[in-house]
Amino acid sequence: MSAITAISRGLAACHDCGLLVRLAGHHGSCPRCKSAVHFRKNNSLARTWALLITAYVLILPANIFPVMVTTSLGTAQEDTIMSGVIYLWSHGSWPLALLVFIASVFVPFAKLGVITYLLVSVQRGSKWSPVKRTRMYRIAEAAGRWSMVDIYVVTILTALVSLGGLATIEAGLGAAFFGVVVVTTMLAAESFDPRLIWDRAEA
Amino acid sequence: MRSGQALADQVTIACHECDLLQREVVVNDGGIARCTRCGCFLYRRRDRSIERTLALTVAALVLLIIANVQPFLAFNMAGLSVETTLGTGIGALYVQGKPLVAGVVLVTAVIAPAFHVLAFLYLLAPLHLGRTPPGLARVFRAVRHVKTWSMIEVFMLGTLVSVAKLMGMAEIVPGPALWALMGLIFTLAAVGSSLDPRVVWDRLEVAA
Repeated sequence: MSAITAISRGLAACHDCGLLVRLAGHHGSCPRCKSAVHFRKNNSLARTWALLITAYVLILPANIFPVMVTTSLGTAQEDTIMSGVIYLWSHGSWPLALLVFIASVFVPFAKLGVITYLLVSVQRGSKWSPVKRTRMYRIAEAAGRWSMVDIYVVTILTALVSLGGLATIEAGLGAAFFGVVVVTTMLAAESFDPRLIWDRAEA
Repeated sequence: MRSGQALADQVTIACHECDLLQREVVVNDGGIARCTRCGCFLYRRRDRSIERTLALTVAALVLLIIANVQPFLAFNMAGLSVETTLGTGIGALYVQGKPLVAGVVLVTAVIAPAFHVLAFLYLLAPLHLGRTPPGLARVFRAVRHVKTWSMIEVFMLGTLVSVAKLMGMAEIVPGPALWALMGLIFTLAAVGSSLDPRVVWDRLEVAA
């Protein structure tokens, strides 16, 4: 199958307004909206790897350090992401426990795995189903934001319980690491260019 | 109008996910065009797109103000009652020395949705009146980037989980801000699906 791509005709779609622009060199600017136009996202592979490796490093402390510290009548209880899930599970709300497990544990690790796989497959010139790989990318990109849920839980509990006065809830070190993990994986998905999948698969 | 011209001019576009060149086709009102090779969403045709989106954006502005001003949750425990707003939670995190977490929440739950709504008002009100607001391209581009970081639907799930964790410990009363935020999720989703960005970019061509 030889599909006609924009790049094969010396054209690039403007990232912002979608106008097809004829490029002489590697980059130019859009005559309509004046934004910078490239054939492919700038340095996509290197940038995505850098953000991904950062996320791999930070996801460990994010899961080891407590995300939430509850102090009640002098005793402090520390909760990690996983122990928070177990607490919900043991207190009878298993649908919420499952939801939080998916959002805070499954999604971040799965997203790291998917982006790693996509990067490796592009670099090795894989020809395996570009349609399925593009779909994997789309899902990973859309699901990432839901990992933020634990950060919000800590914020809301902190505000409510701390002001209540009986106990204090504080965000732990893990929460900061986890927040950065979510942000870096979102940036990694954004910097990856799915057109690279097609460039190598159709070549 | 773009829709009438599309066939005559045979506008060619490239898929932003697989780079396939294809002709822009006319679809019915509300219809979606997808890439013929990778199935990626290309565009959605909306009649009176600017007017519909402007009306929804005004509704979103009202909800946004309620969400940020009114109490979010009230907490009753042992005769004690505490009310919180979105701001008090973020403030509490900041005071505890967690500025990073506070910053992330501030951006994703307050600043990004507010920017989305205000920027759309700035763009769509003049466009509706047939004028082109200054900096249209820059502001419209900024909205596209900022929208990714607007996460009120995730914030609502967080609220649900928090309430579940506190149940049994105290009585939780949802405030007006919570309902407003719930409405804002659906209103902003409708804003996203009612605006056909092509209509906005086409105005720029006329202006240039």
